[in-house]
Amino acid sequence: MFLDFFLLLKNDGIPVSLKEYLDLLEGLEKGVVEYNVEDFYFLCKASMVKHEQHLDRFDVLFGKYFEGLETINTEEFMKIPEEWLRREKMKMLTEEEKALIKKMGGLDKLMERLKQLMKEQKERHEGGNRWIGTGGTSPFGNSGYNPEGIRIGGEGGNRSAMKVWEKRQYKNLDDAVELDTRNMKMALRRLRALTREGLPDELDLDKTIRKTSENAGYLDLQMVPQKRNNIKVLLLLDIGGSMDDHIEICARLFSAAKYEFKHIESFYFHNCLYESVWKDNVRRWSESTPTLEVLHTYNSDYKVIFVGDASMGTYEITHAGGSVEHWNDEPGLVWLRRMKDHFKDMVWLNPIPPEYWDFTPSIGLLKKEFQNKMFPLTLAGLDDAVKALKNRKKKWD
Amino acid sequence: MEFKGTQDYVASRDLAVAVNASVRLQRPLLVKGEPGTGKTMLAFEVAKALGKKIITWHIKSTTTAQQGLYEYDAVSRLRDSQLGSEKVHDIANYIVKGKLWEAFDSDEQVVLLIDEIDKADIEFPNDLLLELDKMEFYCYELQKTVQAKQRPIVIITSNNEKELPDAFLRRCFFHFIAFPDREILRQIVEVHYPDLETRLMESSMDIFYEIRKMPGLKKRPSTSELVDWIKLLVIGQIAAEELAGFNLKEELPPYAGALIKNEQDFGLLQRLSAAQKRFR
Repeated sequence: MFLDFFLLLKNDGIPVSLKEYLDLLEGLEKGVVEYNVEDFYFLCKASMVKHEQHLDRFDVLFGKYFEGLETINTEEFMKIPEEWLRREKMKMLTEEEKALIKKMGGLDKLMERLKQLMKEQKERHEGGNRWIGTGGTSPFGNSGYNPEGIRIGGEGGNRSAMKVWEKRQYKNLDDAVELDTRNMKMALRRLRALTREGLPDELDLDKTIRKTSENAGYLDLQMVPQKRNNIKVLLLLDIGGSMDDHIEICARLFSAAKYEFKHIESFYFHNCLYESVWKDNVRRWSESTPTLEVLHTYNSDYKVIFVGDASMGTYEITHAGGSVEHWNDEPGLVWLRRMKDHFKDMVWLNPIPPEYWDFTPSIGLLKKEFQNKMFPLTLAGLDDAVKALKNRKKKWD
Repeated sequence: MEFKGTQDYVASRDLAVAVNASVRLQRPLLVKGEPGTGKTMLAFEVAKALGKKIITWHIKSTTTAQQGLYEYDAVSRLRDSQLGSEKVHDIANYIVKGKLWEAFDSDEQVVLLIDEIDKADIEFPNDLLLELDKMEFYCYELQKTVQAKQRPIVIITSNNEKELPDAFLRRCFFHFIAFPDREILRQIVEVHYPDLETRLMESSMDIFYEIRKMPGLKKRPSTSELVDWIKLLVIGQIAAEELAGFNLKEELPPYAGALIKNEQDFGLLQRLSAAQKRFR
């Protein structure tokens, strides 16, 4: 029935499956909604769209596919049972309209006349797009009269009010950051290190059994602390300049990481790590943190993840005063090595695809410095990076 | 038996369609939307409108799917065995029913609200797939399948803190409660304060919308904030005139704390008005 519509949705990137389609049909069969376009739209939306980020696209596609819905051809229209058109009708009309209908001979007569008019007009305007009543007063007009939503007539001058799906009210939902981070979270999840620390609040079954036996069968409860994810992560993000192209994916990574780890610290740097980093990019010049302080504050068991495109002049890494933004007394490389000496596990995530890494000398330099522990910022790369943080032998190849 | 909203709850037509579809087709309804647009309220109102009992299951970060089904209280059985209690011979005495079982067990159809499903562990929805689909589960301890006597009406809310898996979504109907437009918002306020002065309502809504439009707000005030705020205005006997000529750019509105719940947003608002003053 609506198979084409279903296929249109599927081909245009709305993840629908047969189940959704069958749901829709079942809903129609059971008469969940009244026979009108708007309710039909609502039902479609509830059954086919499962994520607000797809709502806007759905609206567009629905509009596209059902554009001709209101211009049902005459034969089809004649087949529509009158009750459909008449039901609920009287309550929707105002007193004046009711009076007008009465003046014209009542609803039955009006229906008769409508059919007659349609026949006549079909003969005269074969295929024409204006059948009945384009003006404002005729009850068969384009606008208002038919609360069931079947407009007789095309896109005449008298366009009825905007349809719900034409409002595109979900337009802004396309860009929420939290979307699509599930996969990243699943990848980051591998980094878990479950340890038992803190208050003993969980029953230790094995120990309880042993102790109870030792206690001649009298119960001796033994408790252990709950298992908690105790991994600590230090996230260092390159920001500004060439990284602007990758803001979105970094934001996603950031939001995924923030929810996944309890102990996570993040700092920003620009291009290469120098003597200071900052937490808030707006106040980076007034409130920065010396990198030395970072080294002293966080234990060596923190896992360090650098995120950056590593694309810059090589002198920005190797030379004192190489930074493009300020005078740095010591080259970035020195700072990176200090980090490396302190933290045991470090990886670099690069949003630039690995095919291009060889064309930028600075990427090669940093890659070497990180002992090949540079990974592309894709799901697969993230997966590998996480493995590399757990297994020191793992490298990108 | 159709849901159209209630005396205290204004439901838009598309929300009503989604609710009715999920009730008729016996699928869970997943409701999302900005905080404070009445997602949780919906379940209570559906229960009220359809005259059903409601069972609520509030999800926390530590909630597991199993807790919704049942828990086997091994410790009290062990204790009873030590004390020589007769109860100990029947394992059924130690099966503590969860909310889902409770809903399945009910002789009449109930509304089951699973509130804030996104708060739970990322695998949580996957663990409930079969239970919500077939409305049954297997209890290993009793070695029997628990089946819903009457399939409950399941309403699930989510705040989008975590993405839900596709397999789970496929089993649900979905509705996104969009922020209401002015007309509906007025109806909502009217439902809460039937005899509110029209001018006060208009000017408070003006200010409310102005704040909502402000760029860079972390948490934009939503319906529930507006309702709370108007309540404060009424209690504080703020006259409509006071609000009418109000310029948001110059000072903060009275009881702004009800609308803005975040110190950064507060700072933003203050900075804005300070900046305005400087330019004049």
